[in-house]
Amino acid sequence: MNHIPNDAAPKMTARDVSVFYGTKKAIDAVSIDVSQEHVTAFIGPSGCGKSTFLRTLNRMNDTIANARVEGQIALDGEDIYSSGMDVVQLRARVGMVFQKPNPFPKSIYENVAYGPRIHGLANAKADLDGIVEKSLKRAGLWEEVKDRLSESGTALSGGQQQRLCIARAIAVDPEVILMDEPCSALDPIATAKIEELIHELRGRYAIVIVTHNMQQAARVSQRTAFFHLGTLVEYGETSEIFTNPRIDRTKDYITGRYG
Amino acid sequence: MTDAAASLPARIPTDWKAGEMQKRIRRRNAAERRFRLIGLGAILLSAGFLAFLLISMMSNGLKGFTQTDIRVDIDFAKSALFIDPAALKNSKSVAALAGADIEGAVATAAEAQYGSQGARMLSDTAWIRVQRAIEADPDILTRKASLWLPASSELDQAAKSDAAPEAEAVVKRLEQAKALKTAFNTEFLTGADATDPAAAGIWGAFKGSLLTMLVTLALAFPVGVLSAVYLEEYAPRNRWTDLIEVSINNLAAVPSIIFGLLGLAVFLNTMHLPRSAPLVGGLTLALMTMPVIVIAGRNAIKSVPPSIRDAALGIGASRVQVVFHHVLPLALPGILTGTIIGMARALGETAPLLMIGMRAFISSPPGGFTEPATVLPVQVFLWSDEVSKGFVEKTSAAIIVLLLFLLAMNGLAIFLRNKFERRW
Repeated sequence: MNHIPNDAAPKMTARDVSVFYGTKKAIDAVSIDVSQEHVTAFIGPSGCGKSTFLRTLNRMNDTIANARVEGQIALDGEDIYSSGMDVVQLRARVGMVFQKPNPFPKSIYENVAYGPRIHGLANAKADLDGIVEKSLKRAGLWEEVKDRLSESGTALSGGQQQRLCIARAIAVDPEVILMDEPCSALDPIATAKIEELIHELRGRYAIVIVTHNMQQAARVSQRTAFFHLGTLVEYGETSEIFTNPRIDRTKDYITGRYG
Repeated sequence: MTDAAASLPARIPTDWKAGEMQKRIRRRNAAERRFRLIGLGAILLSAGFLAFLLISMMSNGLKGFTQTDIRVDIDFAKSALFIDPAALKNSKSVAALAGADIEGAVATAAEAQYGSQGARMLSDTAWIRVQRAIEADPDILTRKASLWLPASSELDQAAKSDAAPEAEAVVKRLEQAKALKTAFNTEFLTGADATDPAAAGIWGAFKGSLLTMLVTLALAFPVGVLSAVYLEEYAPRNRWTDLIEVSINNLAAVPSIIFGLLGLAVFLNTMHLPRSAPLVGGLTLALMTMPVIVIAGRNAIKSVPPSIRDAALGIGASRVQVVFHHVLPLALPGILTGTIIGMARALGETAPLLMIGMRAFISSPPGGFTEPATVLPVQVFLWSDEVSKGFVEKTSAAIIVLLLFLLAMNGLAIFLRNKFERRW
């Protein structure tokens, strides 16, 4: 049973979504709404399907040969699995940040400029420069890299690389940003910076973050969904989930009985 | 707690200094030393083979790049050559030279100077050099001139190493008359095959190899790389792609002579392409090289981390953009290495080219892709089969040229790999 908070116009909606890897069911009939104003966190033990579900939201699962998605997922009411949806455009509207920082082995500038360039968002060099600067500023990286934009993105530290990846994602001005455990490979200081960044980006983009770390979910999100064994166990306001969960399984996980 | 502790046997400290232990250490160290020596021995052995190959090639082959010349004094004014110097200065020069019996004039001059054996002391093609001298300076026809003309193969051998006693005697006589010199053999680098070893050149085979390699590269590289990209990035994993993969791997292991038979049956007998042509040779070798490029390309593409693909897809790059902007640039060094290995193999290949007629005697360099040609390894094979002693050093010299060609190709590969190599 899924509790869906009442939003007037949710940014993304999922209804009875099931994901199969071959014959194995990884996600079982999940229904959830993602709101525009809030940061939504997906929590749950390893292998519970939270990352799999996240990847259905911008159809990254398409790249896995035997993955199959059932049910309906809509972005602004438009079914993203319908034949009329262009997957390339969808991924420009729903950006993604991955678990391991994965900058391109190109310059910092090229990393950020790549998205706008392939989507034709900037015609002149000056426009592109503007987008790169704005994106890096928004990702809180500008002050650190403004003098070395031509250096390789892979030469940055792990935390800087992850912020570069966030800058790269927001350079194409997406509507939703999906973050798949963005801090799991980072040290606490870099993690704090990313969390701060998520706070600043909130409201401008709908943000969904998958995390292992319950404290992180409590710190950055307003809504939390708890996944277990491929099902959505409970979904609600973060404060409610962490202080007053209605389902025992959630309570056991929150209090550290398993996970 | 106490029960568990009581049930455990008392700890006996290991005696690392005991004789048994010391023996073990000595045995281990000896094994390390032994292994290092065996490795060093293997390296020395292979280096020795390489040195032996290079030294024997060089000692034989370098002589192939030089040519013994004999000085012949020709009095053109008195000779039986009826060429009007004025005719040579206008457009009729070709006709004028073609009509003249230069060969006869050279023979007469040589016999006048060195006796009745004089004409046989010179190479069959000595008159060509006289003709060039006339072309360069028509006024030579009005005076007496002394020209350096290539010696016959027998005398050339006698001057460089050893030959029949009569030839040695002639060489001694010529040396005393200061009518003998050793010069760099430019004709070897600019000419084509000939029946006379003194006149045989490598340029025809070199150009044939070059044209053949161009055809091979132009066909095998794009087809091989695109196949690799399709198989790695697009093709679904099913029984059909497994079958294709196994077939390609098998194709790479097929003996090359079979590709030659295939080329003979398809390109010559069915498609009626010209025999002995670099075009057909290149097509045949491309069949052989392509599987190598596909395998190397697939491995290179496979080694590009999937996170790079995710990153590009995640900001909305299409599949083609992912491949051309990210995967191929990162895979390029590996693909190039594989390509060069395949091309080097094709360059050294003889057997399939024999099948499609590239073993013919071709006395002029090929003018294009459809003209009869031979290639370097086939030329080596043909010369090594010749009876005449002069071809021994020519064979070695041709091998040196082939090795230099290979070295240049490998050098290019290393240069390109370093240029494109990037770290992630």
